[in-house]
Amino acid sequence: MQLILESLFNGLAIGSVLLIAALGLAIVFGLMGVINLAHGELMMLGAYSTYVTQLIFKLTPLKQFYNSYVIVSLVVAFVVTAVVGIVLERSIIKRLYGRPLETLLATWGVSLILQQFVRSVPLAYASGLICTILIGLIFHIILPKNSLTYSQARIAKVSSWVFSILLGLLSANWLSSSISKLGRASARNVDVTAPSWMRGGFDLWNITFPVTRIVIIVITIIAVFSVTWFLKQSVWGMRIRAVTQNRSMSECLGISTETVDVLTFGIGSGLAGIAGVAVSLLGSVGPNVGGNYIVGCFMVVVLGGVGNLLGTIIASFSIGIMTDLIGAGRLLTIWPDMPAPLATTVDFFATTSMARVLIFALIVAFLQFRPSGLFPQKGRMVEG
Amino acid sequence: MSLSLLELNNISVSFEGFLALNKLNLTLQQGELRAVIGPNGAGKTTFLDVITGKVIPNSGEVIFKGNSILGIREHRIARLGIGRKFQSPRVFEKLTVYENLALSVSKPKRPWSTLFGKLNKIQRDQINHLMNIVNLQSRSNISAGLLSHGQKQWLEIAMLVGQDPDLLLVDEPVAGLTDEESDLTADLLKSLSGNHTILVIDHDMEFIRRLESPVTVLHQGHVLCEGSMSDIQIDPQVIEVYLGQQEEGSK
Amino acid sequence: MKNSFTNKRLFSFLVWAAIIAAIIAAPSILPVFRLNLLGRYLSLAIVALGVDLIWGYTGLLSLGQGIFFALGGYCAAMFLQLNSATNFPNQIPEFFGLYGVQQLPFFWEPFRSSLFTLLAIWIVPASVAAILGFLVFRNRIKGVYFSILTQAALLVFFNFFNGQQKLINGTNGLKTDVTLLFGQMVGSDSMQRYFFWITAVLVILAWFFARWIVRDRFGNILIAIRDDEARVRFTGYNPTLFKTIVFAIAGGLAGISGALYTIQSGIVSPQFMTVPFSIEMVIWVAVGGRGTLLGAILGAVIINYAKSLVSEALPASWMFIQGGLFILVVTALPEGVLGWMQSDGPRNLLSRLGVRRPLSTYPGLEERGKDEVKL
Repeated sequence: MQLILESLFNGLAIGSVLLIAALGLAIVFGLMGVINLAHGELMMLGAYSTYVTQLIFKLTPLKQFYNSYVIVSLVVAFVVTAVVGIVLERSIIKRLYGRPLETLLATWGVSLILQQFVRSVPLAYASGLICTILIGLIFHIILPKNSLTYSQARIAKVSSWVFSILLGLLSANWLSSSISKLGRASARNVDVTAPSWMRGGFDLWNITFPVTRIVIIVITIIAVFSVTWFLKQSVWGMRIRAVTQNRSMSECLGISTETVDVLTFGIGSGLAGIAGVAVSLLGSVGPNVGGNYIVGCFMVVVLGGVGNLLGTIIASFSIGIMTDLIGAGRLLTIWPDMPAPLATTVDFFATTSMARVLIFALIVAFLQFRPSGLFPQKGRMVEG
Repeated sequence: MSLSLLELNNISVSFEGFLALNKLNLTLQQGELRAVIGPNGAGKTTFLDVITGKVIPNSGEVIFKGNSILGIREHRIARLGIGRKFQSPRVFEKLTVYENLALSVSKPKRPWSTLFGKLNKIQRDQINHLMNIVNLQSRSNISAGLLSHGQKQWLEIAMLVGQDPDLLLVDEPVAGLTDEESDLTADLLKSLSGNHTILVIDHDMEFIRRLESPVTVLHQGHVLCEGSMSDIQIDPQVIEVYLGQQEEGSK
Repeated sequence: MKNSFTNKRLFSFLVWAAIIAAIIAAPSILPVFRLNLLGRYLSLAIVALGVDLIWGYTGLLSLGQGIFFALGGYCAAMFLQLNSATNFPNQIPEFFGLYGVQQLPFFWEPFRSSLFTLLAIWIVPASVAAILGFLVFRNRIKGVYFSILTQAALLVFFNFFNGQQKLINGTNGLKTDVTLLFGQMVGSDSMQRYFFWITAVLVILAWFFARWIVRDRFGNILIAIRDDEARVRFTGYNPTLFKTIVFAIAGGLAGISGALYTIQSGIVSPQFMTVPFSIEMVIWVAVGGRGTLLGAILGAVIINYAKSLVSEALPASWMFIQGGLFILVVTALPEGVLGWMQSDGPRNLLSRLGVRRPLSTYPGLEERGKDEVKL
């Protein structure tokens, strides 16, 4: 019983990392039909922003709040990756709507650039660049548009960008001078140290539940609920769903599809950032950290079906629990007197990588019965 | 005994509770030309989807040449002798007119024969003949994507005929055509009937009238009535759901 | 307009003449190191031809061609290792001893035969591709789903090969450069020269083969499947079968390519099955021009050669260049360089730069139609 509970918890923990990582991917894919191969790299950026936030919280004025840096970094990571995602959408992806395979290749290109960017640009300057873009975007949104004449608007625009570039440079300079680690480019992995309250475990029924894992599960639950609420209850969520179902009709009704695209992609990317925070708590952070998770995310999307949050959730947890059961060899512990041939087979797959092999085989087998995943989209217009 | 080529018995299709077809019955005789009309949402296209195997009905039976074809995959149904022209013209735009027709004419349709076999003289003659009929011989080496809308419609009809099916299902062949073009299309379809069994779906009343064929009226997924064009024009039910509004509109 | 038709012919004739001249001249101009690199990149052109068949023509974007590439490499490498293992105990390659394996795993046994290996190099990957493809295509899984599944399959194979020390030497892979073939060291300069010639000939043969595949109705059906699969089905063809066959063909080509690459690079390892390598194969074709077989060959050779030159000079910049290439070719040059040249690309560019171009209007189209009927 205790064993089953423990492996259930482990499966839940693995599944919740998968879920938080796949959530953004699934939303962007389900709502926009875009597979974002740079999603893993956005997670990587989220993880790095956690790292930067943590270092900032070690500076004197903030030191007393050090224990709460994780909560702040959730916001920071969300904003950073959302900004990068918005830039990505506006510059590349918007040219490629309706061409999913091309989008896939272009986003792969983006992921290469992001990886190399993190390697060869000091984090301080990367943060400065993101500050610039963020402040520029905020100006872009808050500047009054109607009351200005054309030339006034131009001046306002130029000066707002100059101002944001200055602020970006200032922050980059401040970061690189006050935290020397951020001033140098490095390809080496960095470590995010969890605050003291997150270390250690939480004992219940003779089982230790690591607090980090619990925190990640909580983050995931909150993220899933807020996304569901946003999409189902808020005005913009309704607009997003409307655009997904009928783009031109929504446009006729006065919904700005451009804003919807930006918003959807921004939220999807922001969720990748939150996943990045979770990932940074689990292990060291490097330029390649995203790649380790992206295929798991894809498996979740394939298994869960398009455009269905429930499918994504169930798929994540079932893959998580299976990974733990197979990969950690827990089946043998739960059922010690398994017949010998079965035991050899189970033993053969009892590593994390071999568990992936088996799970892939199982998913392909599953797709033979349910080709569109757990919850296929129904209706007459599915196949044109 | 009966010469019926196609029989639909009590076909029902529902999409998530919405009944697209509701106990539909329809019989086509060998060599018949039949027009099907109906207001939007009457289930006309779904009904073709059922015959060609794209949609599997929730209940009912489809009998073609005496055998049930329910659950057979689309390409096999096509090989059994049911050809379909789509609502908006769907030709292979990157291929030339000739290549489009070659794909429809070539037989057998297995990979090896398309890889190793060559078109024989009869098939090449047939392609030329088809291009003559639809007046595309001067376009034979042009990509189908460069053709005008009407030419695409005709190319698709020619491809359909080239498949040499026993039953031709023609979905809105004159949508977007000029009056002369639709008259020519009507004549073409009339000349094909007799050797082929043809089922035409369209909105265009002039065109249907010109076909001079029995007409079936679909409404809300079932057959409202059948008869000649002049008969159904005076049928009060039909006037109520369909023609009535249109006649008023045209007056 | 007729002019442009002959122009196209002339153009590809010129390109071919240049390629063949380069191949003949290369061994006497280039030092062996560079020649060997060129040989490797030529072998990559074969896998690119396969990618072009499935992606350029059929619209199936496979991100897992590395699987088949590596399988071919493993077949060749194991044959070479077995062939030179006569002095070791049990006549099995040395690495087995490290893991305490006494007996050659049964499935390697036939690889002692050279004939079997020559067949296995393409039949094994082609069969794996056929099985995988059939299972996926049967359920009408297509588009990005197919891409994702192939990428997942790639990762799965990578994990599997990485973890199996006792069967295939795991992450270390199989070395071939110190093995013997016909009594000669495979890594030696003279052998590498032969391999260059063999590769060059095979690339040209592979081109003819691919050309033959796409030339007639089979190729037209592939294009038709890419553009409108449902319509193909209603015309009476079974797209599943066609897709499976072309995927298997691409797998077989990848296997041959992998074997040639392995013997020229001296090792095969699970690194052949990393995600980036398989996606790179797609970009070679995309840059060269998808749907133009010649473009696949040129793209593979030129991009790889550029990669090695750039990485030698500025190691960090290649990732930026490559990433930029992906974005650029997809957004600005979807037809690839060769496709751009063959369509009106250069003339459009000229007219943008101010050089006037002759207008072709609808009557022009009419004339072309009449001309070509006579041809």
